[in-house]
Amino acid sequence: MPSQSPFSTLDAPDTLVPVRFDDADLMLPLGMNLAAALLAAGIDTFRLTPTSGAPRAPFCMMGACFDCLVAIDGVTRQACQQDVSEGMIITRPAGQTSDG
Amino acid sequence: MADPDLAIIGAGPAGMAAAVTAARAGLSVVVLDEQARPGGQIYRDVDRAGPEHGAILGADYMQGTTLTQALRSTPVAHIPGAVVWAIEDGFRLSYTIGDRSAQMTAPRLLLATGALERPMPIPGWPLPGVMTAGAAQILLKGSGVLANRAVLAGSGPLIYLVATQMVRAGVPPLALVETRTAGGDLIRAMRYLPGALRGWRGLAKGLGLLAQLRRAGVPRFTGATKLAVEGLDRAEALRFHAGGRDHRIACDTVLLHHGVVPNTQAARSLNVGHCWNAMQQAFVPVLDIWGGTDRPGVFIAGDGAGIGGAGVAEIAGRLAALQIAQEAGHLSKAERDAQAAPLRRARARELAIRSFLDTAYPPCPEALRPADNTLVCRCEEVTAGEIRRAAMLGCLGPNQAKSFTRAGMGPCQGRYCGLSVTALLAEATSQSPDTTGYARVRPPLKPVTLAELAAMDITTSQGDQDDRTDRHQPTHEQDRQA
Repeated sequence: MPSQSPFSTLDAPDTLVPVRFDDADLMLPLGMNLAAALLAAGIDTFRLTPTSGAPRAPFCMMGACFDCLVAIDGVTRQACQQDVSEGMIITRPAGQTSDG
Repeated sequence: MADPDLAIIGAGPAGMAAAVTAARAGLSVVVLDEQARPGGQIYRDVDRAGPEHGAILGADYMQGTTLTQALRSTPVAHIPGAVVWAIEDGFRLSYTIGDRSAQMTAPRLLLATGALERPMPIPGWPLPGVMTAGAAQILLKGSGVLANRAVLAGSGPLIYLVATQMVRAGVPPLALVETRTAGGDLIRAMRYLPGALRGWRGLAKGLGLLAQLRRAGVPRFTGATKLAVEGLDRAEALRFHAGGRDHRIACDTVLLHHGVVPNTQAARSLNVGHCWNAMQQAFVPVLDIWGGTDRPGVFIAGDGAGIGGAGVAEIAGRLAALQIAQEAGHLSKAERDAQAAPLRRARARELAIRSFLDTAYPPCPEALRPADNTLVCRCEEVTAGEIRRAAMLGCLGPNQAKSFTRAGMGPCQGRYCGLSVTALLAEATSQSPDTTGYARVRPPLKPVTLAELAAMDITTSQGDQDDRTDRHQPTHEQDRQA
């Protein structure tokens, strides 16, 4: 699923750490903003809406829109308010479609 | 440390300036901020920006280090990473920090919660690949991340600034698609030009940005209408009409912007009175000349009080702090007024350009009155048509419309649909925005998990409080070492 990213990064990262996003094993810069790191790694869809299942990704990057919600080690969090840490297990918030 | 004399929410220019001014007047001050480092969104991560980032982001951005350095060198308890989710009488603040909650009490409160991007509902705006122009800036400031094939669309000087920063970074945008009309909007703005010339530095900066964009060969369209983002699972192109014909620009990222609006969530949760500002097309809190609200002890400074930009925010923070210091008995009225006089003159100079900007770069009309099938509530996926139908069924205000449609009931709690819902209802019922009102804001202001609540640090003794405060202090030291 991570493809050619629509984003590029100015700085070469210091330390890369393994992070799992759904089925993808990623190496992300330690301490980087998680939403930014996932976008730069080519992750397009962060979650599917509970109402219609429509894909969503970061929109405001400042903790206000909640479109970048992901489940980190099982807890729903705003990706834009988190930093990358080693061994994060990230899933798209699951089981929340209206048809259950 | 006992309860502080003043609690400030937000460490942007208003919050930082207020904290430093109040602490220098002798008050004990705590600043709670959601971000890991001070600066707010405008000066986000300014302390970590090296010369390379500084050259891209510009001198106005790097100016923020003056405030962050002042904050560090003043005895202020800055608590980063603190997400305030409830403000009760007294004022008792509940917040989450890390994986647990905590509370503190302060007799005076300054809200410096800044601005949000004005919601820009156009077809396709919820798709991945569509972000706000502010989000692009945050990606650049905080992470050095840039969109490779981006179109900037909407209205306002921020679009020029973001585009110029992208040019400097070597990743110019594919195009600027402006909804303002080069004729009408600019001509209407001309009557404010004499005022704007008093703030000539702002005008000169704007013209400089435009010149850089022209040299870089970035295509610009004005008077664009019928904006729509195309794509199935993500943004693939921006479609619009300009210069008498239809355009389609293939891209990976669409950056939307048509102004910023005060973030009023915290103030509204305290039932602070607000009124509609027609020039800014937004609700603003009703304030006295010091930033005092109709709730004694509650002050607001910065863009959360009405959009004025970073310079105005810094001054407003200082003015509020002077009044708070006077009320707390640390300054006489004469001392307060003597310090305030030059600040008021500086603020008038800073504000001189606002009427010109607000008129020359009005919000995109079709995003203020979206088509029926355009989503306005991103969280609950409610369209403009559903809001209009709710109005036809008798909904006069946003709280009723929320019950009918769920608009504003999702996790963003109306931050990105509130103004759209008010505008749609006001138009459909032929009432003013003031009469229509705004959705009631209740705690929790931000989601809080049960585990974070269960881990709440409920302090009953002074000793516990000391312990709690001590644990926050090291972050201050870490900042200094960084």
